[in-house]
Amino acid sequence: MSTGADSNGRTPVLELRTLCKSFGGLQATRGVTLRVMPGDRKAIIGPNGAGKTTLFNLITGIYPVTSGQVMLFGRDVTSWRSDQRTRLGMARTFQVTSLFPKLTVLDNVLLAIQGLRQTKFVMWRFMSSYKEAYEKAYYLLEQAGFFDRKDVEVRNLSHGEQRQLEIVLGLASDPKILLLDEPAAGLSSGESTEMARFLMKLDPKLAILLIEHDMDVVFDVCAEISVLHFGELLETGTPEQIKKSQRVQEIYLGIG
Amino acid sequence: MSSEKIKILVVIAVLLALAYIIPHSTSFVVLLATRALVFAILAMSVDILLGFTGLASLGQAAYFGIGAYLAAIMTTRYHFGLNWDFWLLIFLGMLAGAALAAFFGLFAIRASNVYFLMITLALGQCVWGLAYRWSSLTGGDNGINVPVRPSFGLDLTNERTFFFLVYGFFIVSLLLLYILVRSPFGHSLAGIRERELRMRILGYNTWLHKYIAFVIAGAFGGLAGVLWAFTNGIVSPETVVLTTSVDALLMVVLGGAGTLVGGVVGAAIVFGVREYLSTLVPWWQYVLGGIYVLTILYLPSGLMGIPAHIRQWWIQKSKDKNPKKLASVTS
Repeated sequence: MSTGADSNGRTPVLELRTLCKSFGGLQATRGVTLRVMPGDRKAIIGPNGAGKTTLFNLITGIYPVTSGQVMLFGRDVTSWRSDQRTRLGMARTFQVTSLFPKLTVLDNVLLAIQGLRQTKFVMWRFMSSYKEAYEKAYYLLEQAGFFDRKDVEVRNLSHGEQRQLEIVLGLASDPKILLLDEPAAGLSSGESTEMARFLMKLDPKLAILLIEHDMDVVFDVCAEISVLHFGELLETGTPEQIKKSQRVQEIYLGIG
Repeated sequence: MSSEKIKILVVIAVLLALAYIIPHSTSFVVLLATRALVFAILAMSVDILLGFTGLASLGQAAYFGIGAYLAAIMTTRYHFGLNWDFWLLIFLGMLAGAALAAFFGLFAIRASNVYFLMITLALGQCVWGLAYRWSSLTGGDNGINVPVRPSFGLDLTNERTFFFLVYGFFIVSLLLLYILVRSPFGHSLAGIRERELRMRILGYNTWLHKYIAFVIAGAFGGLAGVLWAFTNGIVSPETVVLTTSVDALLMVVLGGAGTLVGGVVGAAIVFGVREYLSTLVPWWQYVLGGIYVLTILYLPSGLMGIPAHIRQWWIQKSKDKNPKKLASVTS
């Protein structure tokens, strides 16, 4: 079988097979092979321009791949559109906050909830008549501590709040794998500690693939770290191994 | 929530007042109001695209035109639509507008921003070219005269009765489109307007949503076109010319994009200035131009945004007066 099941017979939620991407002459992703099992917490680190966000854009179908395969839940989704991949159970957040700035917090979450429902095409009934969607939105907002700010327009939230809401939107579709693109980007150290605590509270069955610069968040949240350098996966290991690795220190910290 | 209800009540009150005042005015005002209401339907179809989906279309005259030409050709050649089958003609007009939009949408929805604008403009000009050149069907430059209005129990040659017919169509369109923008589908359009990429990642096939919105806008453009044929009494390439598309777009911007009823305000001002002021002074176009420029510069949310501006200004003023009191309220 080509589903790549592990020794326990489990299918990986996400598997990348020698994934490559070139933009003209620039090879942004070079033969990345990666496997994420259910409930895994993995991180990808690497210096600026290593191709981390490009990798996410390949996984989520924003860019077409040059060669290689993207497998989600054992299915080859390499040529699928983004929304089709999301429907399988994938969600992602963005490095640059991508919310709906002029809509309220509640409307943002409702859009995320409707995304995977066929009711999104209904045009003869008021949105407000979908009580169940509202209840779910209230639940999610309460969990994240946003309930009192549900009627605030998102552009009026602080940067830290917007980063958290990014994740709430990702969770609204009940994904099985969540791709987090630098959730702590631009946060103060206090805020990023809070972010790490927030991530650790998430359902342990949810697989998380994380890109992050903030090493504290990575070491707190993830059990396994891969290092990306010029589009290539150089090393994979536990946080301890990565911390000690001579090679990682050379490329990542820039000390000979 | 309550401010939303107040807005709805104000709109209902104004519309009821119009239904009372206009039939009691001179026949010139009645005619003007009828024309403005037909264009208000067209402007609302533009607003679905511009205000709610974030797509600036410069080709809405195409769907308006196909509805108008359909009505003109059917009534003059086949005497169809002059009786109770008028309602069928309305339906066919909407269908024609939707079908044309479904075809054009295949090309236009692929593009976004200014490219969408250019493609809709080009497609609109194709329709204008057809109307101009296909003389055997459209009467070419002369157009088609529509001398009679339908009669089915109502005497539609009476301008006041005809006004109420158009008014009815306008109210129904407003209601349907209001439900549409408040529906889950309408919410998805707002999401696409705000950030399309995120919508795709949330599981929306954004192309399909935009396409459906485009087709619906085409249907209401077709409806406005059929009504226009009977309002104006003549359908010519002038009906589908680029200026019609530009007018509809400017009416929306003037009144306030994303408000639906803003189109009515815009249509009233444009028709008022064009048809009324033009009888008084030769430089009326400068007035219209000035209104456009001032609105876009100082009221980017249109004339419908004025109450919000006043409220903002009022809050700011009371904040300056007693900052302590307000600070304690907000904290």
